[in-house]
Amino acid sequence: MTTAHRRRPWRRCIVVGAAMTSAVLLAACGGGGESGGAAQDPGKLTYLYNVENGNIAPVLESLAQDKCAAQNAALPLDISSIPQGELDAQIQLLAGQDALPVMFAAGGTPAEGVKLWKAGKLVDFEQELQKLGVLDRIEPAAISTIKKLYGGAFNFLPFQFNIEGIFYNKAYFAENGFSEPKTWGELMRIADAFAAKGIQPFAASGEQGWPITRLISGYLYRSLGPNALQAVADGTAKLTDPEYVRAAAVIADLGRKGYLGQNVTSLDFDSAQNEFLNGNAAMYYMGTWALSAVNNPEKNQIGLDNVGFMPFPAVEGGAGSIDQYPSNVGLPSTFGSETFSPRVADWLKCMTENFGERSLVEENTISGFKIQGEVPEQPAITQDVQQRISNSTESVLWFEALFNAKAGQDSSNNAPLLVTGQLSPEEFMQMLQTDLDAG
Amino acid sequence: MRSVLGDRRAIAILLGPALLVYTLAMLVPVVWSLGYTFFKGNALEGFRFAGFDNFARLVADPDVHEAFAFTVKYAALMSLGQVVVGYALALFYVFVLRRLSSFVRTLVFFPVVIPTVAIALLYQKLFQSAPRDGVVNELLVNVGLGGVDWLGAGDTAFIVIIVMDLWRSMGFYGVLIYAGLLDIPEDILESARLDGARRWSLFRHIVLPLSLPILLSSVIFSLNGTIKVFDSVLALTNGGPGTSNTPLTLYMYRTAFAYGDYGYGSTIALLLTIMCFAVTVVVFRSARRDITA
Repeated sequence: MTTAHRRRPWRRCIVVGAAMTSAVLLAACGGGGESGGAAQDPGKLTYLYNVENGNIAPVLESLAQDKCAAQNAALPLDISSIPQGELDAQIQLLAGQDALPVMFAAGGTPAEGVKLWKAGKLVDFEQELQKLGVLDRIEPAAISTIKKLYGGAFNFLPFQFNIEGIFYNKAYFAENGFSEPKTWGELMRIADAFAAKGIQPFAASGEQGWPITRLISGYLYRSLGPNALQAVADGTAKLTDPEYVRAAAVIADLGRKGYLGQNVTSLDFDSAQNEFLNGNAAMYYMGTWALSAVNNPEKNQIGLDNVGFMPFPAVEGGAGSIDQYPSNVGLPSTFGSETFSPRVADWLKCMTENFGERSLVEENTISGFKIQGEVPEQPAITQDVQQRISNSTESVLWFEALFNAKAGQDSSNNAPLLVTGQLSPEEFMQMLQTDLDAG
Repeated sequence: MRSVLGDRRAIAILLGPALLVYTLAMLVPVVWSLGYTFFKGNALEGFRFAGFDNFARLVADPDVHEAFAFTVKYAALMSLGQVVVGYALALFYVFVLRRLSSFVRTLVFFPVVIPTVAIALLYQKLFQSAPRDGVVNELLVNVGLGGVDWLGAGDTAFIVIIVMDLWRSMGFYGVLIYAGLLDIPEDILESARLDGARRWSLFRHIVLPLSLPILLSSVIFSLNGTIKVFDSVLALTNGGPGTSNTPLTLYMYRTAFAYGDYGYGSTIALLLTIMCFAVTVVVFRSARRDITA
């Protein structure tokens, strides 16, 4: 056998090996191919949600036991969770591989949800719920909020519907002769008085960061009006403009004066909530999802009747109004368009009809689903919040709602540095504006 | 054996599968990632050609500068700490504890096998300042000093990261260098002792020169490991407070997967690769000469 003869099979091996390698690579990296056509029936109703949310999964599991038992028998509910901070990245990876769960929660950045919508990965609930005959079971205000957040479409479900404001300790207010402050100046005078008496004015989690940036947006909406942050998103205003920096400076002042407590940077979400519910702080800015803890006697040591709720006060001379509540749909969830089969649609219909009532009764949380049946009488503060939601005619978003992912993360991560003086208001706002400018 | 190793077909059969797996698992992703550096976008939105934009952004990005500075500072301090503490432990095992060192070695090595997240949680509790003080602050208060919000400021959080990672890894370096010290011939040590060498002079003139090869290996291990630090920082401080303790690896991960910019993330990964390559070249160049001579 000559050398040439010996080389031929070797070359064949190279060619075959290269072909196999290419095939493997194409199979591994090529994704699932073009989507479209009829939805594939998934076999299970997989639901991926953020582990921090303790309200939605128990309600769905409860529905699967009775009201939606038939749907569950046809398509079993299969729930899994990951930390919220990883949800956006996880969803993006799964979407890139055409492997989205049947149902999944939104991450922390609405802009990521808009990307999914534009890529055709989400169900259009306006269309699908209309077909199922249950579109009128969703609160219009919730649909409006979702459209504001997610690119103008009703593409996420309002498993919660929250407004935000200040929970306060009624006893502390009564003992000191204070009534609900209507202006920022009044609020500061109350905070000064509490601080002078050794009562910490506010509880806030710096470890989370966003409870602090909510105060900045609250001040911005009251001082500049309900379009304050839309103007930034549209590019007609910048966070580095003096009136925006002023809002950051006002909130930084709360930290400088010690009104947010010592070591606010290290305080986590639950601990901040406990500070208020144990009577260690007089006020607590939070969304109405906190009603779940407020209504829980094991967590609420100051007593249910002792908790009041008020809107973020007006800023003197500002363009905003005290009845424009920051609102959100909690951590909404959606359905992937490629697995939205008839059996999934059955589940969607059942959820839409029953989630609102079950969520209110079992979890004390208000959702964007209308309640039709009779529910047991709710605690006074829950009724108060429901009333405020019903009466609210205009809502605003929160600080990071229209930011891109990097600006959103930098905002939350750096907010504690703002209130501890490690970042100046100018530096903080400049950092975020740079992120926004980078796109 | 010679006939087998001289046969190309045999070589192909023996090495082929491993080469194929290596190519698929290592080389293809590296080349793929290099290709991404010229693009913007992600799998969801699609990719668009960006030329050298990502490289220009890398040079100007203040976040990269901050992450680079953290990575270099961390790698330098940790490598120094790991090798010095590991060497001290190894000397202690060999010259003080001698044959009785196995229990202490096991004890010091134990943190190496504990999951990073568990260690991070432990250190969060130890250095906690809110809602209540951890053990460290309790001790400080008990001796009349005030508590510190350790994880609330960049500098103090960096100290905690270094202390935690050093505690976690020193057992490994102790054992690694210990194995090297055992190779020093006993008769050389004995001869030096007979010639009057005592503690410091024995260490300075005999032990240290003969242990330089294992110290060099330790430095290589340590630098390569510390430049790629990720999990411990993520679990303990999430790169914060703010971005003060964000290594390049974490910034790369966030850029690619949280911010959906695979191209720029790959460019940061390329910077990391170049750093590792540069360190390897420098260390190997210095290793070319016989350091025991």
